[in-house]
Amino acid sequence: MSAIQTIPVNLYILLSVALFCIGVLGVLFRRNAIIIFMSVELMLNAVNLLLVAFSSYWQDPAGQIFVFFVMVVAAAEVAVGLAILVMIYRNTGSTDIDVLNKLKN
Amino acid sequence: MTLYLFYFLSFLAILCGLMVILEKNPIHSVLYLVITFFAIAGHYILLNAQFLAAVHIIVYAGAIMVLFLFVLMLLNLNKESEPHKSNMAKGAAVIASGLLLVILVGALKETASLPVSSIASEGTGINSMGLVKNLGQVLFTQFLLPFETASLLFLSAMVGAVLLGKRDIK
Repeated sequence: MSAIQTIPVNLYILLSVALFCIGVLGVLFRRNAIIIFMSVELMLNAVNLLLVAFSSYWQDPAGQIFVFFVMVVAAAEVAVGLAILVMIYRNTGSTDIDVLNKLKN
Repeated sequence: MTLYLFYFLSFLAILCGLMVILEKNPIHSVLYLVITFFAIAGHYILLNAQFLAAVHIIVYAGAIMVLFLFVLMLLNLNKESEPHKSNMAKGAAVIASGLLLVILVGALKETASLPVSSIASEGTGINSMGLVKNLGQVLFTQFLLPFETASLLFLSAMVGAVLLGKRDIK
């Protein structure tokens, strides 16, 4: 018995929406840039989950290939983002995003 | 049985996702995020996407989380020294994301259930769409150009990360 015969797709939509909103909350709620990165990863995963669910329900492998590419881009993004973060820490001494307001004035 | 498993994995994913945000210590946040990723991988297995489940665990729980932990240890951030936002900013964040949740749920809860039973029963019975054989065939025929472009993306990301990480560039 597989999931697509027993679980309505609405439940997957609701789960993805909940995970995505948790990610949005994390981006708005915290000041540590690393936690914000993790929240962005959470949002990407919510979208991935929904893509896999739709692809599985429609029996279309293109959706799963697309998730594969999203993972590729996410991995590249994390590598570059963390390098930027280490650079910021080296220059300002913290990973607090509120320190980075030099463009404001 | 499958439904209970779905509810358990969903509960685990949402609870650990919330703990990622609410936990003060960044190291604990990373570990909760690993649990969330394993729950999502369980969802992939439930959805017959075995290849993606394996890739998800290898890439996220294996590579990305190690990178996060490495940076946290390198910058010595494993202490609860993060200054907090003001209560007004926190309240605004909760209200904004709560409103987003309400709007999305309100817009999507009337979604008609997809007529899957007819599509799923057309297959051979054994669902093998998410296996490596099937996905590899699609990936290397229909999506060959994006696949090769991804290698260029990785190369440029690698060069960029190394350049950013160097202390002084002559």
